[in-house]
Formats: sequence, C-alpha cells, structure tokens
Amino acid sequence: MIGFGLIKGLSVTFRNLFSPVFTVQYPDKRVGVFGLAKSKNKSVFELIKNEPKQFLFAFIGLAKVKVKVEQFPRFRGNEFVWYDDRCTACASCAKYCPLGIIEIVTHASGENLQAGENYAIDKFDIDTGRCMFCGLCVEACPYDALHMGTDFERGNYHRAKLVLNKETLISQDKNPSSWFRPQFEEKEYNPWDSDLSDYKDAGRHEKPSYEKIKQRWVNKRKFNG
Amino acid sequence: MSIKSEPITINLGPQHPSTHGVFRMRVTFDGETIIDVEPIFGYLHRGSEKLAEERTYTQVVTLTDRMDYVSSMLNNQGYILAVEKLTNIQPEPRGVWLRMIASELQRIASHLVAIGFLIQDLGAWGTPLTYSMREREKILQMFEMLCGARITNSYMRPGGVFMDAPQQFWDSLSSFIDEFPAAVDELERLLTSNEIIFSRTKGVAILTPEQAINASITGPILRSTGVPWDLRKNDPYDYYEKVDFDIPVHDAGDNYSRYLLRVQEMRESLKIVKQCVDFIEPGPVRPHHDQVPFLIRPPKGDCYVAIEGSKGELGFYLVSDGSISPYRWHVRSSSLINLTLLREMLVGTLFGDLFVTFGGIDINMGEVDR
Repeated sequence: MIGFGLIKGLSVTFRNLFSPVFTVQYPDKRVGVFGLAKSKNKSVFELIKNEPKQFLFAFIGLAKVKVKVEQFPRFRGNEFVWYDDRCTACASCAKYCPLGIIEIVTHASGENLQAGENYAIDKFDIDTGRCMFCGLCVEACPYDALHMGTDFERGNYHRAKLVLNKETLISQDKNPSSWFRPQFEEKEYNPWDSDLSDYKDAGRHEKPSYEKIKQRWVNKRKFNG
Repeated sequence: MSIKSEPITINLGPQHPSTHGVFRMRVTFDGETIIDVEPIFGYLHRGSEKLAEERTYTQVVTLTDRMDYVSSMLNNQGYILAVEKLTNIQPEPRGVWLRMIASELQRIASHLVAIGFLIQDLGAWGTPLTYSMREREKILQMFEMLCGARITNSYMRPGGVFMDAPQQFWDSLSSFIDEFPAAVDELERLLTSNEIIFSRTKGVAILTPEQAINASITGPILRSTGVPWDLRKNDPYDYYEKVDFDIPVHDAGDNYSRYLLRVQEMRESLKIVKQCVDFIEPGPVRPHHDQVPFLIRPPKGDCYVAIEGSKGELGFYLVSDGSISPYRWHVRSSSLINLTLLREMLVGTLFGDLFVTFGGIDINMGEVDR
C-alpha cells in the first residue's frame, strides 16, 4: 500500500518527539527560573530577593548558565601538564614528537656531579598551535614528567599565545589526563576532582634500587640495529 | 512542439555542501539529464605519503588518522598490520582483540554517517541524520574512554594497542551491544520502506558486477552488485577467521541496495563485536618495548597489506630500506577507486540523482586525496 511506509516512518518521529533530549547546549545553556536558582544553589525566593534583575532575565528566558561537557579521564586536552621537578631535560618528548614542536634548551647546572652532570632547563616550549594531540611525547617520557591535560577551551586571537612556555607550564593548574598513565587509573583518579599539584603524586616517585636498574639496563637490554 | 535546447556545462564544487568535502565536478547537462561527468580531485591533497618518509614507523600512525577521518581506527589497523608484516612482529592476542573491537565499532560509526548523509542528500535535512548521529555519538564516547580522542584516535601501535581498555569502556560497550539493535530497527522503520526513498534511490546509478570488477571497485558497492567479496572472509587478517559472521549481498546494484547493505553490515559488525568480547582474555596488550621499541628498523623489503575498510579495500604498501622511517608509503584508498565509475553511473540520470549517488557511494575526500 502506497503511503504505509511514510506513516510508519512518521510514527518513529512522533514517538521521538516525546523522548528525552540527548543533545547538549554548549558553551551556555538557556535556563528558566528554577534552573538558574539551582545553578546558584539558592531557592527561588532568595533569588527574587537578592537578584531581582537576574530573576527577571530568567523569567523571560534570557538567563544562561555555563555548561561542562562530559569528558573521560583519558581525554587528550589542550593544556599540557609538566612537572619541572621530574623533568631531567632528556628531550625524549622532543625527539618523539612527529611535528617537532617541543623546544628544549638546557645548560650544565654544575650540580650533582657524582651522578653525572645535572642539566638546568632554560627553555621548555610546546607550540600547541601546531600540536595534533597524538600523545606520543607523553608515551615517550620516561620519568612521568609530561602529561596530557584535560582542558580544551583555549581559543585565542594571537598565535604566539598558543605557545606554552616554561613559566606557564609551571604556574598553571595541574589536571593531568590519565592517558598512558596506568598508575592514575589504578587509583581510580578523576582529573576534575583531584588535585595533582605535587609532583610526587604524579607517578613513580620512588627511586629504583641499584639491582633493579642493573637488571633493566645491563642484563636485560638488547641492542638492535 | 519542441523547444530547441543545447548542452550546458556546470561546475559543481569544490565548495559545495553536497559533494562530501572539496570535490569538484564538471557536469554537462542536456536539459535535466546528465550527459557527461568529469570528476576533478586534489583539493584536499596534504601529501601524507610524502610526510611519512621523514617520520618513524610509529609516528606515521598519526598520519593515518587524518586520511579517512570518519574511520580512523580502520586506517590505524591497516597500517599497523603492514608494519607488523614488514617487521615480523608477533602481536599480543589481547591487543588484537581490542583492535578488532575498535575497528568494528568504527565500521558501524562510518556506516551510520554514510546512511545519515545519504538521506540528507535526498533532502531530508536533519531528522534521519540525528538518529544516526545519536548512535555514532555513543561510539565516539567509547573511543574517548579508550584512547582519549574521538576522531584522531592514534590508538594502535605495532604489536597491539597502546593501552588496555578501562572498565568504564566495557560497561558502556555492553550497554551499547544491548541497545544498538533496537536503534538500527528504529532507523530501518524510519527509512527502509519509505516510498520517497524508494522512488529516489531504486534503479538509480546501477552498476553491473562486470563493470565493478573491471574497475576494481570494492566494499559495499561491489557487494551491492552481487559479488560476495569481503577481505575479512576471503583473506582474513587479525583474528577474523575465528569469529562467525555473514557477508550480506544484494544484486540490484543501485543506491537503495547500497543503503540496505550498510544497514545489514552494521548488524554483522555488532555480531563480531559481541564475539570479540566473549573471546578476549586478560594479558598484555602490546609486546614489551625490548621486543618492539619505539624506533623500529624493519629489514629491507616491501609489503602490501589490505584490510576491509568501511568503504572498500584499504591497502597499505610499505617499502623499507632498513632505516627508521619508510622509504615509500603508498595507500590504496578505496574512496578514490570507487569514484572512477562515476561517469558510467551517472550518465543518463537526472540532476537530482547526482547527489543521491554521492551518498550511495559514500566517499570521503580526506581519503581520496590523502
């Protein structure tokens, strides 16, 4: 019968008209009076009393609330997390980067002469404007000093501001993603709840024993090519 | 009374919302009927194959993500299989199962995009696309749990995958397996017996099996002409010989059978995912980096590995000169070769059928131009 398929199709659309919404409004969500009161942790009466203007805006449907998008702990975000106490300036990350966007400049610091020379870092630049967030630098880091971040709202009008330099990396909030960091996942770590500003929390902080180092680097190591 | 008319040539693209990317065509019309089509490629050429020559074998994985950006996992899988064949790496079983789960999920996502945009090209703006995007969103969220990215995954490494899947992934995968058949049924109820879709897609852009085989067309388009050719069955890679699935085949060779075939393939892919979840066992997901280091140096030689991508045979040809980066990397991209019969498909059809055929072929310009 001609037209039966159309009716069958339209019944699906009609049923979905009453199903819950699965789209998300981003970055702002339009809310009503109750939504605004809930977002400010107030009752509606308090809102009328304290912020009558806001209440009026919400009443005519103009109030907006910022929305947080659902993310997962392994999310590879725009903000790199770097612990300068962990970094030895070995430049593994710079070598493994497919685009070569990590720039490291060091000088001999004159410290710790017994265990070989220690290097002080003059420059640690990540040009996120050219980064493609593959995470190979994080995979390469042998000391868990570099992590992917979880932030992604870094829109900018100047390309130079997209370069994360040493000072920014040290001073910014540290919410590392658990990408290639199994020790975070074992602890059921959630980047948006926990604070990881201390470098000791960010992975292996115990120094391996001499026997372990020897086993790993001398006895087991195979040289290929 | 007859009106005197003459052929008119129209340039379509490269900036056109219906050409699925930056694809340009020079179409000659006689009235409303197409008498000649000349496809022009190359507007999205990024030189991926050349870029690979100065990257190490592991770094090239990131380039494969950006080729066919709606089926990144499948691209990863094909490339990694080529590297493993070239270097004689034995992959870890758990890594291979995870690879199969990821790539079958990606095949579902890619077919959902194909179906959604086929219907959108018909003029149904929005509604059917929303149904397929809703399901695709669940798959992309699973990929985010798995590897932290939704489209540019870079999930696989020589010898397996980069890291084991988190518990969160298994939970949402099991709920996806339970919910997805109902979603496909809903999509089919909406579209399959719709009279408008019948009249627009049935008998449009017909290919015969001889034409398709002569032009080495693969994938859903070849199977819609009645040739049961699927590399997962005919030349199994990974562990596809251990799982049980069927190859859906239609013999009409028109746009409608291509659509119907994709719907059936989604069901088969889900069947494979289900079996993979049953087969998978705990263990390492990639060899220790003493066996497979970051800088792989394959022996001198070359190899060609082809997998069944979402759009057809996706082949990777690698030449090694013994150094850390490929001497030559060539991609046999299915979208490009599936476009070669465009003139044979379209001559004689009407202007409105042109865009429907694009949706039926399911091209991706990122893969056509690399």
